[in-house]
Amino acid sequence: MEAPAKEQPKEHPRTQPELIVSIGPHMRAEESTAKIMWTVTAALLPATLMAVYYFGIPAILVIVVSILSAMISEAVMQKILKKEVTVSDGSAFLTGLLIAMNVPANIPLYIPAVGSFVAIVITKQLFGGLGYNIFNPALIGRALILVSFAKPMTTFTKPVLNVMSLDAKTMATPLAVLKEDGVAKLLELYPNIHQDLLLGSRAGSLGETATIALLLGAAFLMIKRYITWHIPIPFILTVGVLTWIFGGKEGLFTGDWLFHIMAGGLILGAFYMATDYVTGPSIRSAQIVFGVACGALTALIRLKGGYPEGVMFAILIMNCFAPLLDRGMRSRVFGKAEAKGVKK
Amino acid sequence: MEATSVKASATFSGGVHPAGNKELSSHKPTVTAALPKRVVIPLSQHIGAPCKPTVVIGQEVKKGERIGETGGFVSAPVHASLSGKVTAIGAFPHSLGMDVPSVVIESDGKDEWVAGLRETPDYTLLSPEELKKMVLDAGIVGMGGATFPTHVKLSPPKEKPIDVVILNGAECEPYLTSDHRLMLEKPKEIVEGLRILMRILNVKKGHIGIEANKPDAIAAMQKAVAGSSDIEVWPVKVKYPQGAEKMLIKAVANRTVPAGGLPMDCGVVVQNVGTAAAIYDAVRFGRPLVERYVTVTGRGVKEPKNFLARIGTPFSQLIEEAGGLTGDAAKVIAGGPMMGMSQYNLDVPVIKGTSGILVLPRAEVSTKSYGPCIRCARCIDACPMMLQPSLLGLFIEKGHYEDARDYNLMDCFECGSCTFVCPANRPMVQWVKRAKRELAKKKN
Repeated sequence: MEAPAKEQPKEHPRTQPELIVSIGPHMRAEESTAKIMWTVTAALLPATLMAVYYFGIPAILVIVVSILSAMISEAVMQKILKKEVTVSDGSAFLTGLLIAMNVPANIPLYIPAVGSFVAIVITKQLFGGLGYNIFNPALIGRALILVSFAKPMTTFTKPVLNVMSLDAKTMATPLAVLKEDGVAKLLELYPNIHQDLLLGSRAGSLGETATIALLLGAAFLMIKRYITWHIPIPFILTVGVLTWIFGGKEGLFTGDWLFHIMAGGLILGAFYMATDYVTGPSIRSAQIVFGVACGALTALIRLKGGYPEGVMFAILIMNCFAPLLDRGMRSRVFGKAEAKGVKK
Repeated sequence: MEATSVKASATFSGGVHPAGNKELSSHKPTVTAALPKRVVIPLSQHIGAPCKPTVVIGQEVKKGERIGETGGFVSAPVHASLSGKVTAIGAFPHSLGMDVPSVVIESDGKDEWVAGLRETPDYTLLSPEELKKMVLDAGIVGMGGATFPTHVKLSPPKEKPIDVVILNGAECEPYLTSDHRLMLEKPKEIVEGLRILMRILNVKKGHIGIEANKPDAIAAMQKAVAGSSDIEVWPVKVKYPQGAEKMLIKAVANRTVPAGGLPMDCGVVVQNVGTAAAIYDAVRFGRPLVERYVTVTGRGVKEPKNFLARIGTPFSQLIEEAGGLTGDAAKVIAGGPMMGMSQYNLDVPVIKGTSGILVLPRAEVSTKSYGPCIRCARCIDACPMMLQPSLLGLFIEKGHYEDARDYNLMDCFECGSCTFVCPANRPMVQWVKRAKRELAKKKN
């Protein structure tokens, strides 16, 4: 169209010189990355306290070293990469805490320190930092120290309820006993196995023992909607169903599914690690598939694999598939089906 | 104590819950703004072709006199909103953020209507075609903010029969209360406007959708339709963007507008309640659209108010009449906080789509920088169109506009729900606008 002739010089008096101009929306929800990270950390508090309760001062040392190592690694690496230092967002703190949760209490302290370093520097920062890592940093850190320091990583101590338990007796985890020696031996060592698993009075990594404490934190996260059921519940149910069907010695459908759900790191892994936003799918239906696949891999490794526990490897394997699942199951756009109908 | 909400389950999937903040102005009866000394009337106040001016500088005009002729089918004429003298025709700042050809009229203080306005006591004596012509001549456009010319929506092609008309009284944008006040103060006019729409479209059943946080407006509208069965009032769930056309159709009629399509593709026409009232005025009294309800609100103005203001009134005048800016006022927005446009110049005029002027104080304006996407999927849950805003953002951030298009970029109507919920503060809407523009550039 023809622009009408400009018959008057433009005048743009600015009545309010300091107006902020930006694209909307001009309101934001009260949510931030840091708040999410610190909330998940807070949800791990009951389990952390239980770890200290059962394993005493060694547990505290492991936790402090892991977290410090993670935070220092993050800060130094971000300095080297000339990025903004974001240790205050809680992400490195959480990774360090998760490393601590995944190692035995009486482990030489340099091992979790190495684990945190690998998690932050190699798995996270070298892949582009927060949001760009393919694998769960804490789990890669743990996987590396598990294969590098196999002996100390699988030498667990008996929870003694003694703050000075530096010379605690070693004891195999229930899953390891089951794998190596069978059910009879398991019941001999742990006469009240289900109760022990629920309350955490058994050998295991720091944070995975007290099922009840982990569930408490998980319930908090679900109520607060920081995590949803789509990954953890299918994950746990799949492990339960598969171990019930195939896990028994007296034939199909005789497995102790409750034992398998509470033993090892399933509860910790399903609620706190498989739910990692960055390394899991973000489409809800893809999350269910992700959860089921994690569960199937866990059961497969536990029942048929070389390792007694399979949660870590199951999640890491499925991390690879997360982008593919998202792409394959992308959400159906509002009105897309109807749009096809119209074209016909 | 009056109920603050009624029960409503009708809604859509997705959406967000920003704080309403409507209590700042919802209880305040509308006041007529002072007659402006000077109005700036943009020749483009609608989606579609801008108008051509039909007046010259120095010409005397009366209120309601046509000053801009439609520039095409998808267009709407503009009219003088007061009587006086045309003093300038040229480019003036517009609330869309650019300069737009406009006609400036200095008031003569008499505020006289143009002669020969045709009154129609009984619209049922007129044919649908005649009624439609009146809507066009009155320059009526969608007054909820989209400003799509109304007569175009009333001219569906033959192969798209319309059987449902919905009036949009959802007013899901936080802060705004102009539709709320209109429903309380002019329910009969709205209902009559709806009946005119139904006659034009030959539809037997009309619906009015109102968010459940306005129980008094729901009651007022129910009272206005009491005793007749042709119109039904639907409380709908309080959730943003419930007032988006597609979402309202889903909630009220349970129909789904095909992706990339229009409401008429599923037999529906949606009009804002303000549009319906304007149609009533146009048909009953022959009056063109020269004034509208405008909420001036937010904690950045001293006395939030609802105004009946002339088209062309400068924002600065209404802000002054609302007590002026507070000392910490930091952002002035034309429209609501979710989809409104922030302004750099307070002399921009009220146009047909200006539902509100929102002033936010410094404390409520976020200038935080954004961080990396942590793929938390909050945006995916919030998106009413079921898109993947996180992925769109990642693509566009790196300039992969075609990839974004493959992930249904064009289905985004920029409601801002994704950006509202994003914990990393990522500006998804800004990126989407950029990508659409870049793709359009490539096409040409």
